[in-house]
Amino acid sequence: MDKYLQIENAEMVFDTKKGRFVALTDVNLSVKQGEFIALIGHSGCGKSTLLNLVAGLLDASSGVLLLGDKEIKGPGPERAVVFQNHSLLPWLTCFGNVYLAVERVFGGRETKKQLRQRTQAALELVGLAHAMHKHPHEISGGMKQRVGIARALAMEPKVLLMDEPFGALDALTRAGLQDELMRIVHETRATVLMVTHDVDEAVLLSDRIVMMTNGPAATIGEVLPVTLPRPRDRLALADNTHYHNLRSRVLEFLYQRQLKHAA
Amino acid sequence: MSAVTIDDNNLDKIMNQPETVAAPTIEAPPAKPRRTPFLQTERGKALTEALAKALRAALPPLIGIALFILLWQIVAASGGENGLPGPAKTWQSAQALFADPFYDNGPNDKGIGWNILHSLYRVGAGFGLAALVGIPLGFMIGRFRFLAGMSAPIISLLRPVSPLAWLPIGLYVFKETEPASLWVIFISSIWPIILNTAAGVARVPQDYLNVARVLNLSEWKIFTRILFPSVLPHLMTGIRLSIGVAWLVIVAAEMLTGGTGLGFWVWDEWNNLNVEHIIIAIFIVGFTGLLLEQGLVLLARRFSYE
Ligand SMILES: Nc1ncnc2c1ncn2[C@@H]1O[C@H](COP(=O)(O)OP(=O)(O)O)[C@@H](O)[C@H]1O
Ligand SMILES: [Mg+2]
Repeated sequence: MDKYLQIENAEMVFDTKKGRFVALTDVNLSVKQGEFIALIGHSGCGKSTLLNLVAGLLDASSGVLLLGDKEIKGPGPERAVVFQNHSLLPWLTCFGNVYLAVERVFGGRETKKQLRQRTQAALELVGLAHAMHKHPHEISGGMKQRVGIARALAMEPKVLLMDEPFGALDALTRAGLQDELMRIVHETRATVLMVTHDVDEAVLLSDRIVMMTNGPAATIGEVLPVTLPRPRDRLALADNTHYHNLRSRVLEFLYQRQLKHAA
Repeated sequence: MSAVTIDDNNLDKIMNQPETVAAPTIEAPPAKPRRTPFLQTERGKALTEALAKALRAALPPLIGIALFILLWQIVAASGGENGLPGPAKTWQSAQALFADPFYDNGPNDKGIGWNILHSLYRVGAGFGLAALVGIPLGFMIGRFRFLAGMSAPIISLLRPVSPLAWLPIGLYVFKETEPASLWVIFISSIWPIILNTAAGVARVPQDYLNVARVLNLSEWKIFTRILFPSVLPHLMTGIRLSIGVAWLVIVAAEMLTGGTGLGFWVWDEWNNLNVEHIIIAIFIVGFTGLLLEQGLVLLARRFSYE
């Protein structure tokens, strides 16, 4: 399928106290099944807004969003979201948080035992089998984010949406999770739309980098295909000239063409 | 010559014979290292430190209580014959009172234990009704803006009304004192529950609600898995305030309705001019209120996350 997720002429206008605020305009993008898209742009340009449109958490003011030829209307478990601040429920254990999602998606067709197995498998996938029965406040930020990913993946979504999932983590933890995400996405063949402001992360992980212009009325400025072979190894890429060319293309877009003036 | 056999009986004799000399000690055995006195060991030091800390923490309240009793004594003594009863007299009276707390000599003469239990029962029942109505109402007001708008003027108008102003209405409607006093507890303790629950619902983090939306959870699951646990700490605050109000109000209400309970007892003892009992009643009311409050604080701590 060439056009799995389609965004056509999407526009997002917020009604604010100071009047209409056009956040996004004329956004067009189609994503293939199994593709990994990185969404990059300066802070405040509307990346989260675009992601939330796909998630259905926001309704587009105009334009059409389609997933597998069905119009996106409201949020739903086939578009799982990994939130920036993990958004785990503090009164549930890691297992409980994932189970809540699994139960919602598969509860109608499967036995309790199968649901528990799914939950456990998802936590094993992100390497958290040992911390299953801990509460979110008992584990580190990186582990929380992994539970968030496990929760999203356990739903077997059509698209995995991630809003700067590693933004709040230290560099080492982030690198570890990026590697793990690459492995998981490879294993599950998930379709991913990931917001990031980290150029290296975008080049390392994605098949295409969607670069957004600055707001207001932000739109897609350029789409850069990342034609690096997989599996990718961050150490090997360190002296890969193609990798560096791609990296400079993104940097050039961000810091020459879309230079953000300090507010 | 007879052989000297050594057995227990003559051992002492032999030892005490002048010719029996103790073998000279060649060398004093090396002095055993002296055990450090307990208080100088690690554990001992920790213990003394903990004791000192406890003492330092207990000292100000103890001094406060001592000063209070002293002041009471001075006030009592300065009144002369008709002054307030002093601490000692009150203490004796209290001992007599609590020697038999559960006697029952008919409707208007019951032990102090019964009166306390009656008051607690009324607080429990009135508060229970308030919780039964107030908690669901609070959830609905918090979740639906329209309901919040509808109820806002009524709540702001009725909430500041002094609790006892509701008593005549209760007496008129129910024609009996028992339901009337429950009604007063109900109406005065319902506001903290409604308001705190509603505030808690309004403050459920948007992130959690987004999770619910992405998962497409049913309204029931949203309530049990997200709203209720998230609101629980606020709800506990509401319950604590509400029981506090109920306990304040019940004593006053019982003074007016009579029959049983601490409030009735205070009034009865006033009519008997038994001032010691009135003072004791004040302490009982304060102490019970303190216990209720502390119990609920402990309970609330169990329901806080992180
Ligand atoms: N609910 C909202 N109401 C009004 N303005 C909003 C709302 N959400 C986002 N915006 C505005 O839209 C713009 C894009 O925001 P966002 O998508 O969060 O940016 P990014 O994720 O790229 O940092 C910002 O200027 C922001 O202030
Ligand atoms: Mg954002």
